[in-house]
Amino acid sequence: MQASSHIPHDVSYLEYKGKHNGLLSWILSTDHKRIGLLYMYSMMTLFLVGVVLGLAMKFELIAPGKTIMDAQDYNAVFTVHGVIMIFMIVVPGLPAVFGNFLLPIMIGAKDVAFPKLNLASWYVYIAGALLVIASLLFGDGSPDTGWTFYAPYSFKTGANMLPAIFGAFVLGFSSILTGLNFIVTIHRMRAPGMGWTKMPLFPWTLYGTAWIQLLATPVVGITLVLVALERIFGIGVFDPALGGDPILYQHLFWIYSHPAVYIMILPAMGAISEVIPTFSQKHVFGYKAIVASTMAIAFVGYFVWGHHMFTSGMSGTAQYTFSILTFLVAIPSAIKVFNWISTMYKGSINVQTPFYWAASFIFVFMIGGLSGLVLGALATDVYVHDTAFVVAHFHFIVFGGVGFAFFAAIHYWFPKMFGRMYDSLWANVGWIIFFIGFLALYSPMFYLGMQGMPRRYYDYLEQFHAANILSTLGSWVMTLGLVIIIINLFRSAKSGPIAGKNPWNGKTLEWTVPSPPPVENFETIPVYHEKDGPYEY
Amino acid sequence: MTNEKHHIVPYSTYAIILAALLLFTFLSVAITGIELGEFTVAGALLLATIKSYLVLTYFMHLKFDKAYIRIMVGFVFLVFLAVIIITFLDYYFR
Repeated sequence: MQASSHIPHDVSYLEYKGKHNGLLSWILSTDHKRIGLLYMYSMMTLFLVGVVLGLAMKFELIAPGKTIMDAQDYNAVFTVHGVIMIFMIVVPGLPAVFGNFLLPIMIGAKDVAFPKLNLASWYVYIAGALLVIASLLFGDGSPDTGWTFYAPYSFKTGANMLPAIFGAFVLGFSSILTGLNFIVTIHRMRAPGMGWTKMPLFPWTLYGTAWIQLLATPVVGITLVLVALERIFGIGVFDPALGGDPILYQHLFWIYSHPAVYIMILPAMGAISEVIPTFSQKHVFGYKAIVASTMAIAFVGYFVWGHHMFTSGMSGTAQYTFSILTFLVAIPSAIKVFNWISTMYKGSINVQTPFYWAASFIFVFMIGGLSGLVLGALATDVYVHDTAFVVAHFHFIVFGGVGFAFFAAIHYWFPKMFGRMYDSLWANVGWIIFFIGFLALYSPMFYLGMQGMPRRYYDYLEQFHAANILSTLGSWVMTLGLVIIIINLFRSAKSGPIAGKNPWNGKTLEWTVPSPPPVENFETIPVYHEKDGPYEY
Repeated sequence: MTNEKHHIVPYSTYAIILAALLLFTFLSVAITGIELGEFTVAGALLLATIKSYLVLTYFMHLKFDKAYIRIMVGFVFLVFLAVIIITFLDYYFR
């Protein structure tokens, strides 16, 4: 049982004056909602850095030869872009922001199981981010290995690798602590009567994700430590000159980093699984199939890492095995898409901004997923490996998947988080411009990859020029959409019309508490009865 | 949680486990001095496994915990085992 407290129930978490005022009331708060927003603002700041670096890369590629940077600068820019976007944005992304904000409310709890640990996770996250940024500003040049820190180059390069490696190591701790907190919260703090089959789908995906965070992250942690030891002491684990095996690094790195894709995408799928029933005003189709596919993705996704290494010199037996396992993981992903579409079928669809984002998520995720089959098949992977095709596939999945789901989620839960509505017209304008820009930016890369343009080169042959121009123009259009979306949300958080507690007629528990929620969410902990469910329309 | 039972482990048990862990640590170091050929790594891993078992069972209270917690930890080891087996599909057949 959760202890009752003296905190008044009619004061929202945004207005509540605890022991501290101003900035201290945020950075010392153990309220899961404030911590969720701390993550959101930190990530938005870092995201803008990542976007600027991405724009710089696309500007460099607008024409063959040097445009604004030379090869070494380009190497540094794509490395830092990748490290920021992967380790600081999409891996913590939805769990840290929306998981923190909504998980306790959606399962009927007053907070997460370990609120102080939750705040500590944010501090660890900031410490890791600062270390990575320090690698850019101090030392012997920015890291230039790519976000994968591949051996043996990562311990041979003269660039400033150690702070970046150590930063990624520290960021992993934040991920582990958050995962642990969520697992315990879901096991121990669900509302009375909320059995596993009554829990909403977003918490289910957070649960699957938390297990991956807990089990996979330590692997990359120890791997990065080994790279650091290799750099400092030359221990020879990965160095072929000392009898080490650089392919072992790739195994260890991808044992984490492929499940990390599912750390990113599962909560995104969870958010979409909340948006679609609400805007279809219909019971979610195949609740148990969605839950089972979530856990299947989390489980099978753990064993497919080798498809990143088909051209590395791995054994044929391992190649066949990883290829088969990769195709297996497509099945639960397809089950989810089928369930989302079936939920919409004969629904009373209310076309609002979150629904636009969710529908476009399905579209781009399908393209990303189907292009993944090209990479999962051995014969075709050899042809497009390390080309722009991979960059396109990856961005359709990670940015198209996680990014679109993040925007679906922020537009869906924004009234709950800030107690205000946003301007729907500008939100929709922002969405369509972003969507068009996204397709113009990344679709040409499929073509470029098929034509043989390698990734991670600052220069290219004249035959690739036209598609690169289109891609660069797309980056500008997408950024315009992004600016509109961000300005609209910031302005609306301050001065948008007041939102009611349930503006979308949602059925999950967060729509039963005021907007914005009070500090401890519920005056009395809700009780689930036999007939209750998360999506009973 | 006042309504839950907590198993109290006597200090003497912890002391015995600590002594066992120290013993196995010394053995781990000592075994490197014996020429075991290809079994050197296997020997070190075996000792490390015994130490992990003791830590999980007594220091982390798995022996006294609910069955589902033990099942969860067992599941983690199965995943770990599967990862090792799949990795060795590369090394053995390369």
